Amino acid sequence: MSTLAHEHDHAPSGLKRWLCSTNHKDIGTLYLIFALTMFFVGGAMAMVIRAELFEPGLQYVDPQFYNSMVTVHALVMIFGAVMPAGVGLANWMIPLMIGAPDMALPRMNNMSFWILPFGFALLLSTLFMDGGAPAGGWTMYPPLVLQTGDAFPFLIFAVHFLGISSIMGAINIIATVFNMRAPGMTLMKMPLFVWTWVITSFLLIASLPVLAGAVTMLLTDKYFGTSFFDAAGGGDPVMFQHIFWFFGHPEVYILALPAFGIISQVIPAFARKPLFGYASMVYATASIALLSFVVWAHHMFTVGMPLKGELFFMYATMLIAVPTGVKVFNWMATMWRGAMTFETPMLFAIAFVILFTIGGFSGVMLGMTPVDFQYHDTYFVVAHFHYVLLTGAVFALMSAVYYWLPKWTGYMYDEKLGKIHFWLSAISSNVLFFPQHFLGLAGMPRRIPDYNIQFADFNMISSIGGFAYGLSQLLFVYIVIKCALGGKKAKDRVWEGAKGLEWYVPSPAPHHTFETPPKLTKEMLEH
Amino acid sequence: MKLKALFNKLVSLFVLFPLAAQAEWGLNLRQGATEISQKVYDLHMFTLWIMVAIGIVVFGLIFWSIFYHRKSRGVKPAKFSHSTTVEIIWTAIPIIIIIALAVPATKLLIAMHDTSGSQVTLKATGHQWKWQYDYLDEGLTLFSNLDEKSQEIRQLKSGLNPQDHENYLLDVDQPIVLPINTKVRILTTSNDVNHAWWVPDLGWKRDAIPGFTNDNWAIIEKEGTYRGQCAELCGKDHGFMPIVVKAVPMDEYKIWVAEMKAAQDAKKNTANIVLTKEELMTQGEAVYKKVCLACHQANGQGVQGVFPALAGSAVAIDPANRLGHIHRIIYGKNLMPAFGEQLSDVEIAAVTTYERNAWGNNTGDEVQAKEVSEARNK
Amino acid sequence: MAGKDIYYVPHGSKWPLVGSLALFTTFIGGGMLLNSAPGAKYVLLLGAAAIVYMFAGWFAEVIAESIGGKYSKQVDTSFRMGMGWFIFSEVMFFAAFFGALYYARVFSIPWLGGEGNGGINGTHEFLWSSFQASWPMNVMPDPSKFTQYSDVIPAWGVPAVNTAILLTSGLTVTFAHWALKNAERAKLSFWLFATVALGFIFVFLQAEEYAHAMGDLNLTLNSGIYGSTFYMLTGFHGFHVTMGAVMLLIILLRCLKGHFSNKDHFAFEAVAWYWHFVDVVWLGLFIFVYWV
Ligand code: HEA
Ligand code: HEA
Ligand code: HEC
Ligand code: CUA
Ligand SMILES: [Cu+2]
Repeated sequence: MSTLAHEHDHAPSGLKRWLCSTNHKDIGTLYLIFALTMFFVGGAMAMVIRAELFEPGLQYVDPQFYNSMVTVHALVMIFGAVMPAGVGLANWMIPLMIGAPDMALPRMNNMSFWILPFGFALLLSTLFMDGGAPAGGWTMYPPLVLQTGDAFPFLIFAVHFLGISSIMGAINIIATVFNMRAPGMTLMKMPLFVWTWVITSFLLIASLPVLAGAVTMLLTDKYFGTSFFDAAGGGDPVMFQHIFWFFGHPEVYILALPAFGIISQVIPAFARKPLFGYASMVYATASIALLSFVVWAHHMFTVGMPLKGELFFMYATMLIAVPTGVKVFNWMATMWRGAMTFETPMLFAIAFVILFTIGGFSGVMLGMTPVDFQYHDTYFVVAHFHYVLLTGAVFALMSAVYYWLPKWTGYMYDEKLGKIHFWLSAISSNVLFFPQHFLGLAGMPRRIPDYNIQFADFNMISSIGGFAYGLSQLLFVYIVIKCALGGKKAKDRVWEGAKGLEWYVPSPAPHHTFETPPKLTKEMLEH
Repeated sequence: MKLKALFNKLVSLFVLFPLAAQAEWGLNLRQGATEISQKVYDLHMFTLWIMVAIGIVVFGLIFWSIFYHRKSRGVKPAKFSHSTTVEIIWTAIPIIIIIALAVPATKLLIAMHDTSGSQVTLKATGHQWKWQYDYLDEGLTLFSNLDEKSQEIRQLKSGLNPQDHENYLLDVDQPIVLPINTKVRILTTSNDVNHAWWVPDLGWKRDAIPGFTNDNWAIIEKEGTYRGQCAELCGKDHGFMPIVVKAVPMDEYKIWVAEMKAAQDAKKNTANIVLTKEELMTQGEAVYKKVCLACHQANGQGVQGVFPALAGSAVAIDPANRLGHIHRIIYGKNLMPAFGEQLSDVEIAAVTTYERNAWGNNTGDEVQAKEVSEARNK
Repeated sequence: MAGKDIYYVPHGSKWPLVGSLALFTTFIGGGMLLNSAPGAKYVLLLGAAAIVYMFAGWFAEVIAESIGGKYSKQVDTSFRMGMGWFIFSEVMFFAAFFGALYYARVFSIPWLGGEGNGGINGTHEFLWSSFQASWPMNVMPDPSKFTQYSDVIPAWGVPAVNTAILLTSGLTVTFAHWALKNAERAKLSFWLFATVALGFIFVFLQAEEYAHAMGDLNLTLNSGIYGSTFYMLTGFHGFHVTMGAVMLLIILLRCLKGHFSNKDHFAFEAVAWYWHFVDVVWLGLFIFVYWV
């Protein structure tokens, strides 16, 4: 079986291996470790938020610092945890899945990684600056964000910097997928994870430069006298919101689509049944991506757009439920009449399907303009996006890690602990976020450090869930480290029902794979 | 302490869910006080139930598979991998559902956009961090800050218990009054950063954006007090700029307007009032607490890097800066708002005196209203 | 060593790390400068120098590999895709500023002046009742905050000349490409030189125009949304032209050194694509910023 691998498997040793790497597996590992670290940094900030909200009254932090925590929590989670984790998986798995020796542009690959630690050094250093870290929300709306102190230029430059990294990463993925597939791996034979990443890459390349443009205008408005977002000079603060969300909405699908891809790998493997509706999955993903460019103003229904605009964005938003529904139904049909087993990756995947869908439902409710006038900027929105982000994207990432960890390390993780981690996470995250729906409906605005006593009980429940969820993640780290250090040897095909080329290389995957294009058989191309 | 109460509530939540739901738990959107808010509520419930129904079907099928199509039951996996018919069906049904949702939503949205025929116009202007209200037809202007009791409780580590204040953070020093059964047009705008004016019982919120106005309307049907909050992040004290609307019959409204106008006119001309040092200090402290404390803090130390300290500040102690001090308050500078419109001569005099003598700024200065009135013209 | 059928995967390289550090230093320097921190200039300069060093080193490595025959057709395709999508990302960057221009002209200014939404919701009536919408907008809604300008740059003066220059340079670079393909060295150098020259002439004229606009017309970044969009769009474009011209110059030097064969000259093509891209952006600018 290991004929597809390199015989003399040599990895460079020492620090240089990691600093100067051009190896997709090493870079993938770096990405994943970085993402996990950032998940804890962002999570620690979330714990500050939840601690302050545990009871009414201000106990621990002043309001300005609270706002900084919210802002930086979001930026770290989105740009530091979920996106890099997705890119890390792409790095590790795409070459293995399509039979490529490496990423198409290995040096650039390394640069897209190394920008991240420096980018976050830039961003997190603002916590120690005069005037504090940015506190205007991750959406950076002017004029408020222009009141940021010394941190302001560093915020802007950090966004530029991280944007450069993502764009380079995306270009690399596109070049790899379109140029590096082994003979026989036609586009419609590619695993769905690869498909979702190609489409995500298009979203990245099309949307991140727009964000870069938007924050550049903030910079010139603050320091160079321009008036893009100032009515006194003919601009409009709302213009920023349009440009930001033209990036921002595709961005949320940048977080979601790779998750969809993971789920489309995991469910068939444990249902022991081919993925239902492969082609419609591809088309649905593409439709979601296209639609995501014309729905942005659903984040700004309350800014006072003309009626026609509000109607257009409402219809377009609701339409996204259709292709997303196709995906959910396909996963459902894949499980239908399969022969399922419930190892940890599958548990996370099933939880994803259900909890993401719940988040999608609240999304559709938010998309209905007249009612969003009530929901907007309340905890109902916070509940919505944590369902799609945490129990959505993050759960899918967890699923992926458990699914591929044996392939990366060569050892099986501790299944029992994995299951415990799953149940703790699944229960606590619902205790954490479900009550926030009620809080929002009952009238609690988001981004406030203190609240009326009528909101006290649900906040306390939510905080308890938050602490429980946070602590449970320590177990995850333990499981991963334990697995990396040793354990039961993993088979090459780790999971009985798993399909795809990655299971034809040894576990752990050798440093170099597919140095010459593999000859693909029919079974290798199944999905 | 509270944990135990929480536990009791949790039990009651599960046991008495339907009862607990409406009563004290505040689980759902409010039906509100206007026809529109009721319609919004209805549309919300309609959508919610549709989502629940879809959820039952989808999750039901998933759980069915989980129970019956598991390997441990010895099933052999089926081989099928697509079916054009079902794929068409499950594309078509969501489209139909969406149309069913979009039709009532469109109707409601069109109704909400129609501000024509209003009888009273109120302009709400967001400031960091208070609301200014202009009754445009009456020429009445007033400011509405967080009430003093909440203000004290909400200080970091104040040691005071929010539970002692039922309307904690939802009360103001100066509520606004609106007539019932009257179409009120409410314009929103801002003086500095974005805010949003939101009273849930009116059925909508609207952003207040500097340099632009938005308009909206409400016909309040029931008398009562309706509370809301600023709903767009506007900086440090975003959580502390509530809104309180008292809805009363038209004649009461008229009386209220007349009284407020009289008070406003009385405030206009205070240049000739002379107060003792003590009076200046007490009044000044009151004004400071109400208006300035949000930024410069109770101890006059400000917030490092954002709001300058007044304790020991050259502006507030140097005799040469006396006029500059007054001017700073009247006209503002950068992030420091202008207070010339909002505060009367005597109030500015008092707060200036206070600042020049509090927190160790022992200048002994005494500023009288006359000086402020003259400063306005310099 | 590397056969033509094996994809060339370079061994470890320090340049990516150097590049990240260089950008990091530059951004710190920029941030310090904007905060008026002491020593900012030096940090910024250090960063810029490091960026130049990184580019030089990285490209030297790639050029050596290319000349060493390590690249297969497939590697070439990867580079092409990389460059193509990079240019697309640049297009989207400009799209943000064109979007701002569009928004200001179609929405914010008319609304402030009382048309459409701004008439309905009271913006004009209650806040800017004396403001009249126009484009180019010379009198700002709040004239006290921004500087007034006396005139704008007419389309049919220097901008039209510059359009002609850039379009011509698009042709000359194509001639150079044909010459390269036909292995006509002399022609290649001539046309490439012409392109570089046209590029720098463009930048020179643009600079003259800026001097005129700022000095004589009092049109600056502080001239309301017109000045903002005008300078941001033309400024970023001018910056890209400068970069493009420098890259062309480097390609010219490499041609003179005989780096490219008539079959294998991706670097040349990449820069040519880039040049066409700045060309097309300029057309957009000419039409929407200067003309209509
Ligand atoms: C992974 C990220 C992610 C994803 C996938 C989504 C998915 C969706 N989101 Fe969400 N959203 C966010 C992340 C995400 N969102 C974030 C971060 C914010 C807040 C940003 C901020 O302000 O800070 C936000 C905010 C947000 C708002 C703004 C709310 C407000 O501020 O007022 C709206 C409004 O329309 C919205 C709508 C939607 C919709 C319609 C979807 C749809 O894609 C959902 C589609 C899925 C389903 C519907 C479920 C499955 C479908 C079926 C089972 C078929 C049958 C269903 C029907 C016919 C209804 N989102
Ligand atoms: C991928 C994105 C992502 C993820 C994963 C999360 C994860 C979490 N989020 Fe976050 N969140 C956002 C994206 C995300 N969030 C965004 C975009 C916003 C909007 C910001 C804005 O308004 O601008 C937001 C805002 C937001 C708010 C609203 C704040 C406000 O409006 O005032 C809250 C409040 O509860 C919250 C909580 C949490 C919690 C408890 C988690 C938890 O899931 C985190 C769990 C992880 C850990 C806890 C780390 C692991 C453990 C340790 C560090 C060990 C120590 C543990 C203990 C001491 C218990 N988030
Ligand atoms: C929204 C926040 C805010 C509020 C409310 C506020 N200030 Fe200020 N104040 C500032 C800021 C910011 C500055 C610094 C302005 C600058 O120099 O850029 C300032 C500066 C000052 C100064 C000059 C101090 C110095 O050393 O330069 C004085 C005096 C002052 N404020 C008095 C007051 C008084 C009196 C009130 C209440 C009536 C008040 N402020 C309310 C934000 C505020
Ligand atoms: Cu004002 Cu939030
Ligand atoms: Cu969105």
